[in-house]
Amino acid sequence: MDEVLTLISFGDQGWGDEIAEGVLVTISLAIATLPFGLVLGFIIALAKKSDEPSVRMAANIYTTIFRGLPELLTLFLVYYGVQIGIQELTKLMGLDVYIEVNSFAAGMVALALVFSSYASEAFLSAFRGIPQGQYEGGYALGLSRFKTLRLVVLPQLIRLALPALGNLWLILLKETALVSVIGLSDLVRQAGIAARVTKEPFLFFGIACLIYLVLAMISSAGLTRIEAWSKRGDTAR
Amino acid sequence: MTAADPATGMSAPPPKARKWTGGRITGHVLMALWIVSGAYLVYYLALNIGSPFVQRYWGEYVDGFFITVQIVAISLAIGAALSIPIALARSSKLGIFRWPAYGYVYFFRGTPLLAQTFLIYYGAGTFRPELQSIGLWSFFRDAFNCVIFAFSLNTAAYQAEILRGAIQNVSRGQWEGGQALGLSKAVIFVKVILPQALMVALRPYGNEIILMIKGSAIASIVTIYDLMGETRRAFSRSYDFQAYIWAAVLYLLIVETLRRIWDKFEARLTRHLKR
Repeated sequence: MDEVLTLISFGDQGWGDEIAEGVLVTISLAIATLPFGLVLGFIIALAKKSDEPSVRMAANIYTTIFRGLPELLTLFLVYYGVQIGIQELTKLMGLDVYIEVNSFAAGMVALALVFSSYASEAFLSAFRGIPQGQYEGGYALGLSRFKTLRLVVLPQLIRLALPALGNLWLILLKETALVSVIGLSDLVRQAGIAARVTKEPFLFFGIACLIYLVLAMISSAGLTRIEAWSKRGDTAR
Repeated sequence: MTAADPATGMSAPPPKARKWTGGRITGHVLMALWIVSGAYLVYYLALNIGSPFVQRYWGEYVDGFFITVQIVAISLAIGAALSIPIALARSSKLGIFRWPAYGYVYFFRGTPLLAQTFLIYYGAGTFRPELQSIGLWSFFRDAFNCVIFAFSLNTAAYQAEILRGAIQNVSRGQWEGGQALGLSKAVIFVKVILPQALMVALRPYGNEIILMIKGSAIASIVTIYDLMGETRRAFSRSYDFQAYIWAAVLYLLIVETLRRIWDKFEARLTRHLKR
């Protein structure tokens, strides 16, 4: 037991600080991806409910691709694709430099692509829950289309989309584990290093799993509060 | 010309000319981009179909495809079998059944599949003496078995939740009807409740199959040469990016085909529920 405590303690002897760094990378990757995924997902949802068939089709192709590809493959496509693309470009420009793609950025792009295509579905079904009268009311007040969307529709939309988006956040948190494969020192990678050095794989991967569970619990608690906050107007009725 | 309405003798007004609004232009530009990239992709693949890369590796891609199918099929089948007792325990009135099942489902749905796979594949080494003493070490030494083990447990948790939700959706009257006919609880469950529950669960099951196909790519990280594993090997040997392009095309084909077949299948099976 003492041995185990030493292994997971902070400092030179233990791996606690390394794992804590990994947790920080995991969390910051998920948080950094979220806004891009949400905004992109919202724009795609707008495109999907457009009157214009060509816009709808373009958006549907996007989601079909990124919902159909394994997340791991999307990650490799982005990571190596951008790397090779940059190499070709520098070769074309006659430069002889080696540029390595930042694995954090590659992970962010890949996860945002996947997140946005799922989020667009969440937003789209939320859009269906908002009656046409809300738009008409906005226009009747002389608000522009954009202002109607921002001031009338969006506040209601967020409330409707929150449960689905909350689930997507939990999925995103889990999917960040994949970036350990392209060399980012996230929770899984740090646990893997600790496991290899100490020869205690079950302990460290078990700890990694438990940390993911704790993160999920904290997120769920936070999401419950956000949902309650978004519904604070409902109780007055 | 549109036909005149026989009652009034008036013909319908001609359709309005559609204006080139900003949205329409954007849509056409985006579609043009997709079409150009799609055409380029087809051109690129056609150009490379006789390339040394394809000749060297296509057999391995086929092998990888079958390994992926095997992993997905075996895990889904074992998961389905495991999910029934878990779902029953999860909706049991007794805490000693309900809480462990809840913990199981929470653990496997709350942690990444990658971490679970590592936990089982690498973690089994920690218990080597114990596993050897009960003769299970040779099972856990093989990466393929570990992957099947991890994926089965993972999908069992998801399938149990699907099943539980579907069973709860079947109305109480169905249970009561069965009891009125003098059927035992087990018979009611298998012959009355389960068929109706599975019907409702078809769509989430379809999603779970697709999630499993996509998730199975993770097996490649623990040295399994499934479709993704073969792709990674081909890329590391040739450093040719088309390795990933082919994999993307194949995965998209598999997932889209399956999704469409499943939609047809579901529409066919639930046609009596459509109003």
